[in-house]
Amino acid sequence: MTPVAVMVGANRIVPAAGIIHPLGNAELSAEDEKTLRRRIVAKALQALQTEVVQPTVFGSDEGTTTKPGGEQAGT
Amino acid sequence: MQTLRVVCYLNQFFGQLGGEDKAGVGPQVMPGAVGAARAVQQALGEAGTVVATVLCGDNYVAEHPDTAVAELLQLVAAQHPDLVVTGPAFLAGRYGVACGALCAGVQTQLKVPAVTGMHAENPGVELYRRQVYIVPTAAEATHMLDEVRRLVSLGLKLARRQPLASPTDEGYFPRGLTHNTLVDHNAAQRATAMLLAKLAGQQIVSEVPLPDFPQIPAPPPIKELRHATIALVTDGGFVPQGNPDRIEALAATRYGAYSIQGQQQLDPGQYDNVHRGYDTTYVKQDPHRLLPVDVARELEQQGAIGKLHETVYSTTGVATTLAHSARMGREIAAQLRAAGVDAVILTST
Repeated sequence: MTPVAVMVGANRIVPAAGIIHPLGNAELSAEDEKTLRRRIVAKALQALQTEVVQPTVFGSDEGTTTKPGGEQAGT
Repeated sequence: MQTLRVVCYLNQFFGQLGGEDKAGVGPQVMPGAVGAARAVQQALGEAGTVVATVLCGDNYVAEHPDTAVAELLQLVAAQHPDLVVTGPAFLAGRYGVACGALCAGVQTQLKVPAVTGMHAENPGVELYRRQVYIVPTAAEATHMLDEVRRLVSLGLKLARRQPLASPTDEGYFPRGLTHNTLVDHNAAQRATAMLLAKLAGQQIVSEVPLPDFPQIPAPPPIKELRHATIALVTDGGFVPQGNPDRIEALAATRYGAYSIQGQQQLDPGQYDNVHRGYDTTYVKQDPHRLLPVDVARELEQQGAIGKLHETVYSTTGVATTLAHSARMGREIAAQLRAAGVDAVILTST
Protein backbone atom coordinates (compact mmCIF):
# COMPACT_ATOMS: atom_id res chain seq x y z
CA MET A 1 0.00 0.00 0.00
CA THR A 2 3.00 2.33 -0.13
CA PRO A 3 1.88 3.89 -3.48
CA VAL A 4 -1.33 4.96 -1.75
CA ALA A 5 0.64 6.41 1.16
CA VAL A 6 2.75 8.35 -1.34
CA MET A 7 -0.32 9.54 -3.23
CA VAL A 8 -2.05 10.90 -0.13
CA GLY A 9 1.13 12.69 0.89
CA ALA A 10 2.39 10.78 3.96
CA ASN A 11 5.91 12.08 4.41
CA ARG A 12 7.80 9.18 6.02
CA ILE A 13 6.73 5.75 4.79
CA VAL A 14 8.12 2.37 5.84
CA PRO A 15 6.99 -0.69 3.88
CA ALA A 16 5.75 -3.32 6.33
CA ALA A 17 5.09 -7.06 6.20
CA GLY A 18 1.71 -7.12 4.47
CA ILE A 19 -1.86 -6.02 4.77
CA ILE A 20 -3.12 -8.82 7.00
CA HIS A 21 -0.24 -8.50 9.50
CA PRO A 22 1.82 -5.36 8.83
CA LEU A 23 4.04 -5.83 11.89
CA GLY A 24 4.30 -9.62 11.87
CA ASN A 25 4.10 -12.79 9.83
CA ALA A 26 2.12 -15.76 11.06
CA GLU A 27 4.26 -18.17 9.03
CA LEU A 28 7.43 -17.35 10.95
CA SER A 29 8.45 -18.76 14.31
CA ALA A 30 7.60 -16.51 17.26
CA GLU A 31 11.23 -15.51 17.56
CA ASP A 32 11.71 -14.70 13.88
CA GLU A 33 8.44 -12.81 13.85
CA LYS A 34 9.59 -10.58 16.68
CA THR A 35 12.89 -9.97 14.90
CA LEU A 36 10.93 -8.89 11.85
CA ARG A 37 8.85 -6.53 14.00
CA ARG A 38 11.97 -5.06 15.62
CA ARG A 39 13.43 -4.41 12.18
CA ILE A 40 10.32 -2.56 10.93
CA VAL A 41 10.04 -0.45 14.08
CA ALA A 42 13.77 0.35 13.90
CA LYS A 43 13.30 1.46 10.31
CA ALA A 44 10.38 3.67 11.39
CA LEU A 45 12.53 5.27 14.09
CA GLN A 46 15.28 5.81 11.54
CA ALA A 47 12.74 7.50 9.25
CA LEU A 48 11.63 9.76 12.10
CA GLN A 49 15.21 10.97 12.48
CA THR A 50 15.66 11.70 8.78
CA GLU A 51 15.02 15.03 7.12
CA VAL A 52 12.53 14.71 4.24
CA VAL A 53 10.94 17.30 1.99
CA GLN A 54 8.38 15.11 0.23
CA PRO A 55 6.74 11.68 0.57
CA THR A 56 9.68 9.32 1.00
CA VAL A 57 9.66 5.54 1.15
CA PHE A 58 12.32 4.13 3.44
CA GLY A 59 13.23 0.99 1.53
CA SER A 60 14.25 -2.37 2.93
CA ASP A 61 17.95 -1.87 2.13
CA GLU A 62 19.79 -0.69 5.19
CA GLY A 63 20.29 3.03 5.31
CA THR A 64 18.92 3.84 1.88
CA THR A 65 15.95 5.96 1.11
CA THR A 66 14.20 5.84 -2.19
CA LYS A 67 12.28 8.70 -3.58
CA PRO A 68 9.22 7.47 -5.41
CA GLY A 69 8.47 8.85 -8.83
CA GLY A 70 5.47 11.14 -8.87
CA GLU A 71 3.94 9.72 -12.00
CA GLN A 72 2.77 6.24 -11.18
CA ALA A 73 0.20 7.25 -8.59
CA GLY A 74 -3.30 7.35 -10.00
CA THR A 75 -2.45 6.26 -13.51
CA MET B 1 -45.35 30.32 -21.81
CA GLN B 2 -45.88 32.12 -18.53
CA THR B 3 -43.51 35.01 -17.86
CA LEU B 4 -41.50 34.28 -14.73
CA ARG B 5 -41.02 36.76 -11.92
CA VAL B 6 -37.27 36.96 -11.27
CA VAL B 7 -35.52 38.67 -8.36
CA CYS B 8 -31.80 39.45 -8.59
CA TYR B 9 -29.34 39.93 -5.77
CA LEU B 10 -26.24 42.11 -6.18
CA ASN B 11 -23.58 43.59 -3.93
CA GLN B 12 -22.91 47.33 -3.65
CA PHE B 13 -20.46 47.27 -6.55
CA PHE B 14 -22.54 45.41 -9.16
CA GLY B 15 -25.63 47.25 -7.93
CA GLN B 16 -23.85 50.54 -8.68
CA LEU B 17 -24.15 51.89 -5.15
CA GLY B 18 -20.37 52.35 -4.93
CA GLY B 19 -17.11 50.59 -4.12
CA GLU B 20 -15.58 49.50 -0.82
CA ASP B 21 -16.79 52.76 0.74
CA LYS B 22 -20.34 51.45 0.36
CA ALA B 23 -19.58 47.85 1.47
CA GLY B 24 -21.28 48.48 4.83
CA VAL B 25 -24.65 49.40 3.27
CA GLY B 26 -27.56 47.35 4.56
CA PRO B 27 -30.20 45.43 2.58
CA GLN B 28 -32.40 47.42 0.22
CA VAL B 29 -34.62 46.73 -2.75
CA MET B 30 -35.00 48.58 -6.06
CA PRO B 31 -37.78 48.01 -8.58
CA GLY B 32 -36.81 46.33 -11.83
CA ALA B 33 -33.34 45.42 -13.05
CA VAL B 34 -30.55 47.58 -11.64
CA GLY B 35 -26.83 47.47 -12.53
CA ALA B 36 -25.63 43.99 -13.45
CA ALA B 37 -29.21 42.69 -13.16
CA ARG B 38 -29.83 44.32 -16.55
CA ALA B 39 -27.67 41.52 -18.02
CA VAL B 40 -30.03 39.02 -16.39
CA GLN B 41 -33.02 40.78 -17.94
CA GLN B 42 -31.30 40.72 -21.32
CA ALA B 43 -30.58 37.00 -21.01
CA LEU B 44 -34.17 36.29 -19.90
CA GLY B 45 -35.67 37.99 -22.94
CA GLU B 46 -39.38 37.18 -23.07
CA ALA B 47 -39.05 34.28 -20.65
CA GLY B 48 -39.09 36.39 -17.53
CA THR B 49 -39.05 39.81 -15.93
CA VAL B 50 -36.65 41.06 -13.30
CA VAL B 51 -39.28 42.51 -10.98
CA ALA B 52 -36.80 43.75 -8.39
CA THR B 53 -33.12 43.91 -7.53
CA VAL B 54 -32.12 43.33 -3.91
CA LEU B 55 -28.86 44.99 -2.92
CA CYS B 56 -26.56 44.77 0.06
CA GLY B 57 -22.97 45.69 0.90
CA ASP B 58 -20.51 42.79 1.18
CA ASN B 59 -19.27 43.83 4.60
CA TYR B 60 -22.78 44.16 5.96
CA VAL B 61 -23.51 40.51 5.12
CA ALA B 62 -20.12 39.31 6.37
CA GLU B 63 -20.43 41.23 9.64
CA HIS B 64 -24.05 40.25 10.36
CA PRO B 65 -24.00 36.57 9.44
CA ASP B 66 -26.98 35.70 11.64
CA THR B 67 -29.34 38.46 10.59
CA ALA B 68 -28.33 39.70 7.13
CA VAL B 69 -29.55 36.67 5.18
CA ALA B 70 -32.85 36.69 7.08
CA GLU B 71 -33.33 40.39 6.24
CA LEU B 72 -32.51 39.74 2.58
CA LEU B 73 -34.92 36.80 2.51
CA GLN B 74 -37.74 39.07 3.70
CA LEU B 75 -37.06 41.52 0.88
CA VAL B 76 -36.93 38.69 -1.66
CA ALA B 77 -40.09 37.01 -0.35
CA ALA B 78 -42.08 40.24 -0.63
CA GLN B 79 -41.57 40.11 -4.42
CA HIS B 80 -43.08 36.61 -4.75
CA PRO B 81 -40.44 35.43 -7.22
CA ASP B 82 -40.50 32.28 -9.35
CA LEU B 83 -36.72 32.35 -9.59
CA VAL B 84 -33.90 34.09 -7.72
CA VAL B 85 -30.58 34.87 -9.43
CA THR B 86 -27.68 35.99 -7.24
CA GLY B 87 -24.40 37.40 -8.51
CA PRO B 88 -22.44 36.25 -10.43
CA ALA B 89 -19.79 36.86 -7.79
CA PHE B 90 -16.72 35.88 -9.87
CA LEU B 91 -13.75 35.65 -7.47
CA ALA B 92 -15.14 38.08 -4.88
CA GLY B 93 -15.12 36.01 -1.67
CA ARG B 94 -17.51 37.92 0.60
CA TYR B 95 -19.91 38.38 -2.30
CA GLY B 96 -19.72 34.67 -3.24
CA VAL B 97 -20.46 33.53 0.29
CA ALA B 98 -23.41 35.95 0.49
CA CYS B 99 -24.77 34.70 -2.87
CA GLY B 100 -24.47 31.06 -1.76
CA ALA B 101 -26.08 31.71 1.61
CA LEU B 102 -28.98 33.64 0.09
CA CYS B 103 -29.61 30.97 -2.57
CA ALA B 104 -29.61 28.28 0.11
CA GLY B 105 -32.10 30.28 2.19
CA VAL B 106 -34.33 31.00 -0.80
CA GLN B 107 -34.51 27.31 -1.63
CA THR B 108 -35.09 25.96 1.86
CA GLN B 109 -37.19 28.72 3.40
CA LEU B 110 -39.05 30.27 0.47
CA LYS B 111 -39.15 27.02 -1.56
CA VAL B 112 -38.19 29.01 -4.65
CA PRO B 113 -35.47 27.84 -7.07
CA ALA B 114 -32.26 29.87 -7.01
CA VAL B 115 -29.04 29.94 -8.98
CA THR B 116 -25.74 31.76 -8.71
CA GLY B 117 -22.38 31.90 -10.48
CA MET B 118 -18.80 32.24 -9.31
CA HIS B 119 -15.19 31.30 -9.94
CA ALA B 120 -14.01 27.82 -8.88
CA GLU B 121 -11.76 29.29 -6.20
CA ASN B 122 -14.40 31.51 -4.65
CA PRO B 123 -14.88 30.17 -1.08
CA GLY B 124 -18.63 30.27 -1.73
CA VAL B 125 -18.22 27.28 -4.09
CA GLU B 126 -16.88 24.88 -1.48
CA LEU B 127 -19.33 26.19 1.14
CA TYR B 128 -22.50 25.99 -0.96
CA ARG B 129 -22.05 23.83 -4.08
CA ARG B 130 -23.71 20.85 -2.39
CA GLN B 131 -26.87 22.82 -1.67
CA VAL B 132 -26.98 25.36 -4.45
CA TYR B 133 -26.61 25.32 -8.24
CA ILE B 134 -23.48 27.38 -8.94
CA VAL B 135 -22.40 28.10 -12.50
CA PRO B 136 -18.63 28.41 -13.02
CA THR B 137 -17.48 31.82 -14.18
CA ALA B 138 -14.16 33.52 -14.85
CA ALA B 139 -12.39 35.39 -12.07
CA GLU B 140 -13.48 38.76 -13.41
CA ALA B 141 -16.53 40.22 -15.10
CA THR B 142 -14.96 40.38 -18.59
CA HIS B 143 -17.44 37.94 -20.16
CA MET B 144 -20.35 38.67 -17.91
CA LEU B 145 -23.13 38.61 -20.46
CA ASP B 146 -22.17 35.13 -21.75
CA GLU B 147 -21.85 33.84 -18.22
CA VAL B 148 -25.15 35.37 -17.16
CA ARG B 149 -26.80 33.67 -20.17
CA ARG B 150 -25.60 30.27 -18.88
CA LEU B 151 -26.76 31.15 -15.40
CA VAL B 152 -30.19 32.23 -16.59
CA SER B 153 -30.57 29.20 -18.85
CA LEU B 154 -29.93 26.90 -15.86
CA GLY B 155 -32.24 29.04 -13.70
CA LEU B 156 -35.07 28.77 -16.21
CA LYS B 157 -34.80 24.98 -16.23
CA LEU B 158 -34.96 24.97 -12.44
CA ALA B 159 -37.95 27.34 -12.40
CA ARG B 160 -39.76 25.22 -14.98
CA ARG B 161 -38.95 22.05 -13.06
CA GLN B 162 -37.21 20.61 -16.11
CA PRO B 163 -34.78 17.72 -15.57
CA LEU B 164 -31.11 18.67 -15.48
CA ALA B 165 -28.25 16.85 -17.20
CA SER B 166 -24.97 16.09 -15.43
CA PRO B 167 -22.98 18.99 -13.92
CA THR B 168 -20.47 18.78 -16.79
CA ASP B 169 -23.11 18.82 -19.53
CA GLU B 170 -25.32 21.37 -17.82
CA GLY B 171 -22.51 23.58 -16.57
CA TYR B 172 -22.63 23.81 -12.78
CA PHE B 173 -20.35 22.72 -9.95
CA PRO B 174 -20.93 19.07 -8.95
CA ARG B 175 -23.24 18.81 -5.95
CA GLY B 176 -21.81 15.47 -4.81
CA LEU B 177 -24.87 13.48 -5.88
CA THR B 178 -24.74 10.26 -7.87
CA HIS B 179 -27.34 9.16 -10.41
CA ASN B 180 -27.69 5.87 -12.25
CA THR B 181 -27.50 6.20 -16.00
CA LEU B 182 -27.53 3.71 -18.86
CA VAL B 183 -24.50 3.70 -21.16
CA ASP B 184 -23.89 1.89 -24.44
CA HIS B 185 -20.64 0.16 -23.51
CA ASN B 186 -19.68 -1.90 -20.51
CA ALA B 187 -16.87 -0.94 -18.13
CA ALA B 188 -14.25 -3.14 -19.84
CA GLN B 189 -15.03 -1.61 -23.23
CA ARG B 190 -14.92 1.91 -21.86
CA ALA B 191 -11.67 1.31 -19.99
CA THR B 192 -10.06 -0.23 -23.08
CA ALA B 193 -11.19 2.68 -25.25
CA MET B 194 -9.77 5.05 -22.67
CA LEU B 195 -6.44 3.21 -22.62
CA LEU B 196 -6.21 3.22 -26.43
CA ALA B 197 -7.00 6.93 -26.50
CA LYS B 198 -4.35 7.57 -23.88
CA LEU B 199 -1.76 5.57 -25.83
CA ALA B 200 -2.67 7.61 -28.88
CA GLY B 201 -1.91 10.74 -26.91
CA GLN B 202 -5.52 11.87 -26.78
CA GLN B 203 -7.21 13.60 -23.87
CA ILE B 204 -9.14 11.25 -21.62
CA VAL B 205 -11.59 11.98 -18.85
CA SER B 206 -11.64 9.49 -15.99
CA GLU B 207 -15.01 8.32 -14.73
CA VAL B 208 -13.59 8.28 -11.21
CA PRO B 209 -12.11 11.67 -10.40
CA LEU B 210 -9.37 11.33 -7.80
CA PRO B 211 -9.55 13.53 -4.76
CA ASP B 212 -7.00 16.27 -4.64
CA PHE B 213 -4.67 15.71 -1.68
CA PRO B 214 -3.04 18.85 -0.33
CA GLN B 215 0.68 18.62 0.23
CA ILE B 216 1.49 18.46 3.93
CA PRO B 217 4.92 19.84 4.87
CA ALA B 218 7.05 17.16 6.53
CA PRO B 219 7.61 17.75 10.25
CA PRO B 220 11.28 18.16 11.17
CA PRO B 221 13.13 15.01 12.16
CA ILE B 222 13.52 13.89 15.79
CA LYS B 223 16.92 15.00 17.04
CA GLU B 224 17.23 13.08 20.29
CA LEU B 225 15.37 9.80 20.00
CA ARG B 226 16.42 8.75 23.49
CA HIS B 227 14.57 11.76 24.90
CA ALA B 228 11.57 11.52 22.59
CA THR B 229 8.08 10.33 23.47
CA ILE B 230 6.74 8.07 20.75
CA ALA B 231 3.05 7.23 20.31
CA LEU B 232 1.47 4.33 18.45
CA VAL B 233 -1.57 5.00 16.26
CA THR B 234 -3.28 2.61 13.86
CA ASP B 235 -6.05 2.59 11.28
CA GLY B 236 -6.14 -1.20 11.40
CA GLY B 237 -9.25 -1.65 13.54
CA PHE B 238 -7.63 -2.47 16.90
CA VAL B 239 -10.20 -2.21 19.74
CA PRO B 240 -10.63 -3.54 23.28
CA GLN B 241 -13.06 -6.46 23.58
CA GLY B 242 -16.63 -5.23 23.14
CA ASN B 243 -15.53 -2.23 21.04
CA PRO B 244 -16.53 0.30 23.74
CA ASP B 245 -16.32 3.31 21.39
CA ARG B 246 -18.44 1.55 18.76
CA ILE B 247 -15.88 2.26 16.05
CA GLU B 248 -17.50 1.47 12.72
CA ALA B 249 -16.29 -1.60 10.80
CA LEU B 250 -16.04 0.58 7.72
CA ALA B 251 -16.54 4.25 6.78
CA ALA B 252 -15.41 5.19 10.28
CA THR B 253 -16.40 8.46 11.89
CA ARG B 254 -14.99 7.55 15.33
CA TYR B 255 -11.69 6.57 16.86
CA GLY B 256 -10.68 5.25 20.27
CA ALA B 257 -7.96 6.17 22.76
CA TYR B 258 -6.80 3.15 24.77
CA SER B 259 -4.44 3.05 27.71
CA ILE B 260 -1.54 0.61 27.62
CA GLN B 261 -0.18 1.82 30.94
CA GLY B 262 1.63 -0.91 32.80
CA GLN B 263 1.30 -3.36 29.92
CA GLN B 264 4.54 -4.96 28.82
CA GLN B 265 2.62 -6.47 25.97
CA LEU B 266 -0.93 -6.72 24.68
CA ASP B 267 -3.01 -9.66 25.88
CA PRO B 268 -4.88 -11.04 22.84
CA GLY B 269 -7.77 -12.01 25.12
CA GLN B 270 -8.46 -8.39 25.97
CA TYR B 271 -8.57 -7.11 22.42
CA ASP B 272 -10.57 -7.51 19.27
CA ASN B 273 -10.47 -6.13 15.76
CA VAL B 274 -13.44 -4.61 13.91
CA HIS B 275 -11.83 -3.70 10.57
CA ARG B 276 -13.93 -5.07 7.70
CA GLY B 277 -11.38 -4.42 4.95
CA TYR B 278 -8.92 -7.30 5.48
CA ASP B 279 -8.70 -10.76 7.03
CA THR B 280 -8.19 -9.93 10.70
CA THR B 281 -7.53 -13.52 11.83
CA TYR B 282 -3.81 -12.98 12.39
CA VAL B 283 -3.98 -9.63 14.18
CA LYS B 284 -6.66 -11.04 16.48
CA GLN B 285 -4.34 -13.95 17.33
CA ASP B 286 -1.59 -11.46 18.17
CA PRO B 287 -2.39 -7.72 18.21
CA HIS B 288 1.36 -6.95 18.02
CA ARG B 289 1.15 -7.86 14.36
CA LEU B 290 -0.69 -4.54 14.07
CA LEU B 291 0.46 -2.50 17.06
CA PRO B 292 4.08 -3.19 18.10
CA VAL B 293 3.65 -2.46 21.81
CA ASP B 294 6.01 -5.32 22.80
CA VAL B 295 8.92 -4.06 20.71
CA ALA B 296 8.28 -0.42 21.62
CA ARG B 297 8.38 -1.33 25.34
CA GLU B 298 11.72 -3.07 24.80
CA LEU B 299 13.11 0.03 23.14
CA GLU B 300 11.79 2.17 25.98
CA GLN B 301 13.45 -0.06 28.59
CA GLN B 302 16.71 -0.15 26.65
CA GLY B 303 16.67 3.65 26.54
CA ALA B 304 16.60 3.73 22.74
CA ILE B 305 13.49 5.91 22.92
CA GLY B 306 12.64 8.26 25.76
CA LYS B 307 9.14 7.03 26.42
CA LEU B 308 6.34 5.06 24.85
CA HIS B 309 3.16 7.16 25.10
CA GLU B 310 0.71 5.36 27.37
CA THR B 311 -2.29 5.86 25.09
CA VAL B 312 -2.72 4.26 21.69
CA TYR B 313 -5.22 5.62 19.17
CA SER B 314 -7.15 3.44 16.75
CA THR B 315 -9.77 3.63 14.04
CA THR B 316 -10.69 1.65 10.92
CA GLY B 317 -9.30 2.90 7.64
CA VAL B 318 -11.64 1.34 5.11
CA ALA B 319 -13.98 3.40 2.92
CA THR B 320 -13.37 6.18 5.41
CA THR B 321 -14.09 9.55 3.86
CA LEU B 322 -11.28 12.03 3.40
CA ALA B 323 -13.19 14.56 5.48
CA HIS B 324 -13.59 12.25 8.47
CA SER B 325 -10.01 10.99 8.15
CA ALA B 326 -8.69 14.55 8.18
CA ARG B 327 -10.86 15.49 11.16
CA MET B 328 -9.90 12.43 13.19
CA GLY B 329 -6.25 13.03 12.32
CA ARG B 330 -6.47 16.62 13.50
CA GLU B 331 -8.18 15.63 16.76
CA ILE B 332 -5.72 12.83 17.51
CA ALA B 333 -2.76 15.06 16.65
CA ALA B 334 -4.05 17.80 18.98
CA GLN B 335 -4.34 15.32 21.85
CA LEU B 336 -0.89 13.87 21.20
CA ARG B 337 0.62 17.32 21.02
CA ALA B 338 -1.07 18.35 24.28
CA ALA B 339 0.36 15.21 25.88
CA GLY B 340 3.90 16.14 24.82
CA VAL B 341 4.32 13.40 22.22
CA ASP B 342 7.22 14.04 19.83
CA ALA B 343 6.54 11.53 17.08
CA VAL B 344 4.05 8.89 15.95
CA ILE B 345 4.40 5.50 14.37
CA LEU B 346 1.12 4.95 12.54
CA THR B 347 0.64 1.35 11.46
CA SER B 348 -1.67 0.82 8.52
CA THR B 349 -3.09 -2.27 6.86
